[in-house]
Amino acid sequence: MLNRRDLIKYGSAGAAVAVLGVPQLALAETVPTTDDRIKEFTGGAQIGEGKVSLSTPEIAENGNTVPVEVSVESPMTAEDHVAEVLILADGNPRPGVATFKFTEMSGEAFASTRIRLAMTQDVVAVAKMSDGTFQMARNTVKVTIGGCGG
Amino acid sequence: MISRRDFLQWTAVAGAFATGYSGGLTRAAAQQKITQNDLLRFDSKGTITLLHLTDIHAQLKPIYFRPPDTNIGVGAFEGIPPHLVGQTFLDHFGIENGTMLAYAHTMVDYVNLARSYGKLGGLDRTATLVKAIRADRGEDKVLLLDGGDTWQGSYTSLQTNGQDMVDCMKLLKPDAMVGHWEFTFGADRVEEIIENMGYPFLASNIFDNEWDEPVFEHTAFYEKGGHKVAVIGQAMPYTPIANPRWMFPQWSFGIRADVLQANVDAAREAGAEVVVLLSHNGFDVDQKLPTVVNGVDVILTGHTHDAVPKAIEIGSTLVLSSGSHGKYLGRVDLEVKGGKVVGHNSHLIPVLSDAIKPDQEMSTKIDEVRAPYEEECSRVIGKTESLLYRRGNFNGTWDDVICDALIEQRDAELSFSPGFRWGTTNLPGSDITVDDLYNQTSMSYPSVYRLEFSGSQIKEILEDVCDNLFNKDPFFQQGGDMVRVGGMGYTCAPKESIGNRISDMTFLKTGEPIDPNRNYVVAGWASVNEGVEGPAVWDLVEAHIKARGALKTQPNQSVKVLL
Repeated sequence: MLNRRDLIKYGSAGAAVAVLGVPQLALAETVPTTDDRIKEFTGGAQIGEGKVSLSTPEIAENGNTVPVEVSVESPMTAEDHVAEVLILADGNPRPGVATFKFTEMSGEAFASTRIRLAMTQDVVAVAKMSDGTFQMARNTVKVTIGGCGG
Repeated sequence: MISRRDFLQWTAVAGAFATGYSGGLTRAAAQQKITQNDLLRFDSKGTITLLHLTDIHAQLKPIYFRPPDTNIGVGAFEGIPPHLVGQTFLDHFGIENGTMLAYAHTMVDYVNLARSYGKLGGLDRTATLVKAIRADRGEDKVLLLDGGDTWQGSYTSLQTNGQDMVDCMKLLKPDAMVGHWEFTFGADRVEEIIENMGYPFLASNIFDNEWDEPVFEHTAFYEKGGHKVAVIGQAMPYTPIANPRWMFPQWSFGIRADVLQANVDAAREAGAEVVVLLSHNGFDVDQKLPTVVNGVDVILTGHTHDAVPKAIEIGSTLVLSSGSHGKYLGRVDLEVKGGKVVGHNSHLIPVLSDAIKPDQEMSTKIDEVRAPYEEECSRVIGKTESLLYRRGNFNGTWDDVICDALIEQRDAELSFSPGFRWGTTNLPGSDITVDDLYNQTSMSYPSVYRLEFSGSQIKEILEDVCDNLFNKDPFFQQGGDMVRVGGMGYTCAPKESIGNRISDMTFLKTGEPIDPNRNYVVAGWASVNEGVEGPAVWDLVEAHIKARGALKTQPNQSVKVLL
């Protein structure tokens, strides 16, 4: 069953989103959406799929600290390596989470962190390769009130 | 094995007990039809036998457990096992009405058949079956695996922190176990029990929060029937969401299919010819799992309490779901050639308590662990004139008794009771004992809260829980049933998406629609929050039953399902 604290959290998360909805025009200039951020990162280039592996829980145990791991398939040589990986949380009031930078000296393109998710949403990872191509992965993470299973 | 003379003597005694029942069949007649040897009959295959016991929920004694009348599957899982109930189930599996299997697996003519066939389960009966199969096959060929939800669910398990179950299970000598409700005794208690248990507690999917390292062993290896067998364990993936995380704050769960694949691969590399997954994922999760994890030969699944007469095949993986509350002993025989499973046979053996001679050693132990509590356990708190049960996607009659108790005893307008799948059945005309009361409520966070929620918050809660049950992707299902609601009616459309399933919420007291902007006083129990204050649910329910006199609870008509 749910508990009071969770409900309050849940309620306030909902409220934050609702607030966003009202002064949308005013905020649109200051808070870029996920699509804006991706376009900015890629310069509108085509984005491929299959090389980025994004690991997230299906359902978050605690929306305040959700483990996220990303790795990108690459030989990581001077000619062919991963340059940057952009992580976005699509449903957060501010989707930007982190940008990880790599060089051929990194050895592998792997990063892990913990992020806060305000509600059920997609987490997006976009990788920029040294040759200027892009790869992407997207996972849904559910943030639930929970507590009635068994 | 029991001797023939013992068995004849015992059946004569049981026969004497059995007079005085009426119904379609008399109980005595049913017994003459089915013997212990009938139950044990099995077309054995190969040299490996897996025995699976799961979700006993601390039921040491035989019980009644009415199978669900509603168990809806969505998406790819609509209309296939385990989402078949009643007559549809019987037709699908070719089971004749009125037979023992019809009684064990469905609610069709339930009360009548329950009076004919008697109770199911009892760990002393299970012990008899396990010993007989070990004797028949040879101990070197048999693995007994405990799928978890073993330590929680009764008065005595609550009083002893699961020690009663630990002591009795020890006599059965399982080869491994996994967990879910076990964790609600707290991390320290789990570790304390495991240390002295004598067999491995496996979990491929539990990692330390701080260092992200495995907390438990993930795989155990055995030599059985001349082959190397690996058993990998999987705990209930959503334990920290469905149950209080603060009771085991250092442990993180999840399905972790990639970790599982790595452990399967490692087991194969270590020479395993057979890989078994002992799982507390739930049936639908384990129906999807073989499509994303390769190399598992058999999944012995639990958690969702589904009972399917035979293993189903998904690709090259067999999935067997062995029910709950000790009703069944699952058996899978495997024939292995050239490092591969080439043949199998499987079956759920109904533990028909009146047809099985109790194992003396286990009976004595059960009596011993219950002795300090026997007087309290058998204390009668009331009587029911109607059938009381819980299992099903929506409110059962036992839930309605609890929901009424919460409203009346805490002076609330509405009440919530969790959609647990554990909880036994009381037949019409039976006494309600302390055992029965705790079979519905026994757990380590029983406080009943009293809070105000707005109508729109209540809708949000119902939508959220509903999505944990009817999400089209099983990896997002948590394995419980819908939260039970008192004082309110609603309509549920399981096939819709989150936010669109719940409609027509009605405040039953006035018949008016639930107002999204008005606050309602709600009483509920089993909050996953730390520090919840309020009386224990069992005290409120006992007071309510005593005040009510004989219960006449009819099936709930206020929850409507749109398919």
